[in-house]
Amino acid sequence: MSNKRLLGWKSIPLGGSIVEPGNSVQRPTGDWRVFKPIINQDKCVRCLLCWIYCPEPSIYIIDRPYKTSTGREWKFSVEVDYNFCKGCGICVEECPVKAIDFVEEVR
Amino acid sequence: MRDANEMWRRIPLNSNYAAAYGAKDSDVDVVAAYPITPQTPVVERIADFIANGELNAEMIHVESEHSAMSACIGAASAGARTFTATSAQGLELMHELLHIASGLRLPIVMTIASRALSAPLSIWGDYSDVINVRDTSWIILIASSAQEVYDSVIQAYKIAEDPDVLLPVMVAYDGFMMSHTYEPVYVANNSEIFKDYIPKKRSWTVLDIEKPITMGAVANPDWYYEFKYQQVVAMEKSYDAIKNADKEFGKRYGRSYGVIESYNLDGGKIGVLTYGGLFGTVMEAIDYMNKEGIKVTGIRLRLFRPFPSNDIKEFLKDLKTLIVIDRAISFGAPIEGPIAMEISALAYRESIDIPIYSYIASVGQRTTTEEDIIGIVKDAISLFERGKRVTKSIYWGVRQ
Repeated sequence: MSNKRLLGWKSIPLGGSIVEPGNSVQRPTGDWRVFKPIINQDKCVRCLLCWIYCPEPSIYIIDRPYKTSTGREWKFSVEVDYNFCKGCGICVEECPVKAIDFVEEVR
Repeated sequence: MRDANEMWRRIPLNSNYAAAYGAKDSDVDVVAAYPITPQTPVVERIADFIANGELNAEMIHVESEHSAMSACIGAASAGARTFTATSAQGLELMHELLHIASGLRLPIVMTIASRALSAPLSIWGDYSDVINVRDTSWIILIASSAQEVYDSVIQAYKIAEDPDVLLPVMVAYDGFMMSHTYEPVYVANNSEIFKDYIPKKRSWTVLDIEKPITMGAVANPDWYYEFKYQQVVAMEKSYDAIKNADKEFGKRYGRSYGVIESYNLDGGKIGVLTYGGLFGTVMEAIDYMNKEGIKVTGIRLRLFRPFPSNDIKEFLKDLKTLIVIDRAISFGAPIEGPIAMEISALAYRESIDIPIYSYIASVGQRTTTEEDIIGIVKDAISLFERGKRVTKSIYWGVRQ
């Protein structure tokens, strides 16, 4: 955390109020993560249970076709938004085909 | 008694009722309170005002002081001019909310009928409760008459809502000795006279559906420090705001108090400093001592936070010694009289090297008369003349 890019006490709203609504997109919270979910596109059956359960929500449906090693063709892919995924592991727990790996991140 | 058509009418009020009149004449919008001796008559009287249609405000009955201050924080966040009152255990129960009210920069005003803390249970007066909330970033005024309580509550809104300040304000006075003792008080015949002095401007950040904001968000280590520093600056700036509010009040309404009050200023090089209603006893004692040929100057601390360092410094410079009488104990402190300790720190800061004698008296409202004050002064003078510096506080009148 470099103090150079942060505002000083005169330039910030009194009392810690957040005076502009909808600014959460400017604050990536993904760096809280210790374990990182990685979706195995080959094993994934596109049931979207992870999308339903993700509390953030950080599961995204991407308009990108995918052909599995067994020759099955999907019209879309499912991916994790690592800017906001906090690594809670709920998707890993809920995935019915164990298609999500949970890997410790080294930063 | 003045003419009814004039600005004021003179009526008998105790300090509790004076506080209630002060809140009414400040045209408060929301009062949230929980009863506690000796404060209860304040909010009872405000409830009367609302029931009689004399005050258009919302009275929120809550289940504890913790909730009372929480409700005040909510109301002030919504832009309401907010008031509450408490004493002793009630002030302690709302302690964490005191920090939240000041941290959120909400201009809440609260009166304290100061009372000793349990255990053992005591409903009687001393300043243990107020001294305990010293570091909550509230501005703390300590009044010494019912008139001053009334005037100070109105001044408190002027100070709290000043855009350079935006800190909550406490107005304290002696439990029982003031809260239940009647004095003649001038109150406004028509509260409209204060409309220009404390106009409702909503000078602080409020919740507004047209312009949504988040209050009470998290501040992580890279931000928290800056928000606390904002409070440091606000507290510094409040010193002038408090003086100006008092001066303007004096100009408009003919009564002002300053941040410290002196008595028998030309009296001599020995000073006696105290706060609250006990100063009345000190003034009486000074008159007696004058007749005996003992010259003493009385100093009353009207402002506790921010500490009126610059004003007290001017007095200290001219004194040979100062006696500080405290009505609270800071257990285990280097000097156990809380104000004596602050004065000592100030004297050190300003390189003023005079003996400061710390006396503890009237704790749990142990009767303290003019004779006691004279005894304290004579005791200190005898120590001073023998060149004795006392490092510990002296517990006046405690039974051995």
